Amino acid sequence: MSAETPAISLQDLGRDYGDRAALDGVEVELPPGRTLAVLGPNGSGKTTLLRVLAGLLRPSRGRAAVLGCELPGEVWRLRGRVGYLAHEPLLYRDLSARENLRLAARLHGIDRADAADRVERLLEAVAMSERGDDRVAELSAGMAQRVAACRAILHEPELLLLDEPDAHLDADGSRLVGALINGGNGRTRVLVSHDRERALADADLVLEL
Amino acid sequence: MTDAYLALLGKDLRVELRTLRSLPAMALFAVTVFVVFRFGLDRTGLEGELAAGVLVVTLLFAGILAINRLFVAERDEGGFELVRLAPLDRTVLYAAKASALLLYLIALELIAVPVFALFFLDSAAALPPLIPVLLLADLGLALIGTLISTIATMSSARDLLAPLILLPLLVPLVIATAGAAEPVLRAGGPEYERFGTWLAVLGLYDGVFALVGYAVFDFLLED
Repeated sequence: MSAETPAISLQDLGRDYGDRAALDGVEVELPPGRTLAVLGPNGSGKTTLLRVLAGLLRPSRGRAAVLGCELPGEVWRLRGRVGYLAHEPLLYRDLSARENLRLAARLHGIDRADAADRVERLLEAVAMSERGDDRVAELSAGMAQRVAACRAILHEPELLLLDEPDAHLDADGSRLVGALINGGNGRTRVLVSHDRERALADADLVLEL
Repeated sequence: MTDAYLALLGKDLRVELRTLRSLPAMALFAVTVFVVFRFGLDRTGLEGELAAGVLVVTLLFAGILAINRLFVAERDEGGFELVRLAPLDRTVLYAAKASALLLYLIALELIAVPVFALFFLDSAAALPPLIPVLLLADLGLALIGTLISTIATMSSARDLLAPLILLPLLVPLVIATAGAAEPVLRAGGPEYERFGTWLAVLGLYDGVFALVGYAVFDFLLED
């Protein structure tokens, strides 16, 4: 992807669920390394937009290009380059935090020595080193969200998709996760949040749905 | 890809060993059905077609218990997203899940087949020739069961859909397995009439569904 290529380019993007349009006529042009804040009421299609950008949902109409990949045709080129933090942690509940992160590292092809080092660094960054061997089912929702944030950036993605990253987090957790997800140099981010002030403070561009 | 396959397979086996959600239920179901057959048929011994039918059908239905649960964690705990976002061929997930299911079925049979022999057979002479029959049948059930479980997991009617689609597809497998097992379980000791032919049919069935799974699994994970 050249420096001139937008990280995200959406033209008249739409996505339907049956007869209902969850997204319609979305237009965005986001340069690399910038942050897009997506705002809107419940049910306005924010999560759907993130899932389209991640290549998890196909657009129903319009054009979507992410990191230079046309979706859905070139979605295979996008794999491994996107980090996705959903508003639910989506971790295996019967694995420990460490096991979840090591599994994700192996699926992303990170070699074991490097993966072990990254996992420990990330757990330490979110103050979860001591609870890292506990099963996710035994963690609070906020702790699981911290681990999910680690997993989203474990493979150092070029694009980070954040769906309510503060969900379930207390003030400390929010600060630690915030430092983690804001720390990538030159990383493009899309942030969905109900916290309008925070989203606007972080954003280079705002999309209202 | 091998490391991703081993990682996914290792995850499933670790979770099963930790939670024991599938294997004990499968084993308990099979043993209970054998008890019911023993008293229901009012016979202390079975042979030939009847023995093969009782064994094959019981193992098949016990296997469905594991098939119904195979992708629950992937659906509810983000495993599908994890695999779809990672830079790997998604058939790795199919291979890992089919392997996990195959291992569950083998573990089930290590418990259920000796119990079957104890309840219904005069001697253990039939057990060695049953090994290749059951291994080929397990492989077929694992391959097709994984595929159908993927489809059913995407549906809200999961528990109904899996057996509804799966059972008709398994009819050739049941016929071939029972066909191979019947002469082996005859009274007076194992015979090998058309044994090789039925094994070949099972091998062919496994090969066809391995190819079908490889060809379509990627599409099943699509939105």
